[in-house]
Amino acid sequence: MTVSTDGLSAQQIAQAVTDGKLSALDATEAALARIAKHDSVLNSFTDVTAERARAKARAVDVAIAAGEKVGPLAGVPFAVKNLFDVKGLATRAGSKINRDLAPSTRDATLIERMEAQGAVLVGALNMGEYAYDFTGENVHDGPSRNPHDPTRMTGGSSGGSGSAVGGGLVPIALGSDTNGSIRVPSSFCGAFGLKPTYGRLSRARSFPFVASLDHLGPLARSVSDLALAYDAMQGPDADDAACTTRPVEPVTPLLAQGIDGLRVAVAGGYFQKNVFPEAVEAVARVARALNATQTVEIPEAARARAAAYVITTTEGASLHLDRLRKRPNDFDPAVRDRLIAGAMVPAPLVDRAQKFRRWYRAKVLELFKSVDVIIAPATPCIAPKLGQVNFVLDGVELPVRANIGIHTQPISFIGLPVVAVPVPLVPMPIGVQIIAAPWREDIALRVAHALERAGVATAPIPRGL
Amino acid sequence: MAAEPLDDYINAVAKALALPVEEAWRPAVRANLEVSLRLARLVDEFPLPDETEPASVYTA
Repeated sequence: MTVSTDGLSAQQIAQAVTDGKLSALDATEAALARIAKHDSVLNSFTDVTAERARAKARAVDVAIAAGEKVGPLAGVPFAVKNLFDVKGLATRAGSKINRDLAPSTRDATLIERMEAQGAVLVGALNMGEYAYDFTGENVHDGPSRNPHDPTRMTGGSSGGSGSAVGGGLVPIALGSDTNGSIRVPSSFCGAFGLKPTYGRLSRARSFPFVASLDHLGPLARSVSDLALAYDAMQGPDADDAACTTRPVEPVTPLLAQGIDGLRVAVAGGYFQKNVFPEAVEAVARVARALNATQTVEIPEAARARAAAYVITTTEGASLHLDRLRKRPNDFDPAVRDRLIAGAMVPAPLVDRAQKFRRWYRAKVLELFKSVDVIIAPATPCIAPKLGQVNFVLDGVELPVRANIGIHTQPISFIGLPVVAVPVPLVPMPIGVQIIAAPWREDIALRVAHALERAGVATAPIPRGL
Repeated sequence: MAAEPLDDYINAVAKALALPVEEAWRPAVRANLEVSLRLARLVDEFPLPDETEPASVYTA
């Protein structure tokens, strides 16, 4: 008989395991049972590492029985987007081509750090091909499905991560975010997502997309769990050239500090255009809860989004150039055609985008002299229907795929830390970005925690799961 | 003479980079390139001081 841990947070599981009230093996079996029961609908997992998970869980239980210290994630099941190296698996990164790679010989740094604190990896998660995606759809593995309505998108590219956490299969999942790929699925699937400062968390042994913009981070069903995972994964790593040498700066002890004295502003202009009423309502609820009456204009946000697009398509093309030559028919055709076009953008335009990035960074950092937090929509809309190509906004028909990330791209472009908080609108949740200055994840997480305590942000329990 | 203004350019770059562009893919490649160039122009037209450093990460 499998013990149920449905609805338990990572923190509650770890506490129960540490106290001897729940074995890590039972917590793991419970997660495996949830995956077996629900993933035929959600299609969030591409690999379930059951035997590995049981072995790790038994090791945690043995350590506890021996009186050894186990970490704050003892027995907590988690899963990773399938661009993380998992020892013994080929790192497919959502592609067909990468399935021919040799199995990884070592886990990604972030998996090692999660497991060093007692967490138990239960599998790898569906994603958009090579992370060049905002929908969560995948031509090779099928789409991951939204836990709140399986006819809708999860958002991408960390679609399986959003689905698995939003659907309660695992309390924590790891994803990557180049232009919004953690924040978009968090928004569509009703999860909390942290895109840390660029360089904060090691990307070592994960399959890249855009070196200038790639971030890794956690998704979870509560801010405390998000912070637990984030704290476990911090720290320098010589295996990632962009990883900071800053020491670990734990945020878990700071969450309860509250938000007194923090200056919160709503992003105006660009961030209030091209949004559906649901996004407007979600931002308004968050603004009211935080007493945010000030509006700030993030300068040249549209141009920032354009520059992020240019850097993305060209660096992505560079990464895949040889695969485009040798195996063009094994790509998702839509991804292939974007990458081929990216290879044709003249170099001076890319250089200008990188120079603009530095200019824009300086301007946005000036804003943070007068505010501590900026709030903005995470997505312009709730999750669209799977396969939906266009939506109509203010009477204008717009392409879905190109517009999902318009509010996330100008923020990740300069690596600002963001927590996407889920606002539980009915029938579908939608996320709001809590944006802080570089290296101030603590502030974004404190604000998210306050919103959660106020009941304004919460990961809704899916109906029917 | 190519049918679309960008087709000559696409042909030339595809040849220079040894990239395959089958005829069936051409409309999508062209459409994507048009978007990329339109967005790149938005960045290009923004005046920056000559001294501006690119933002890429490198530490000696």
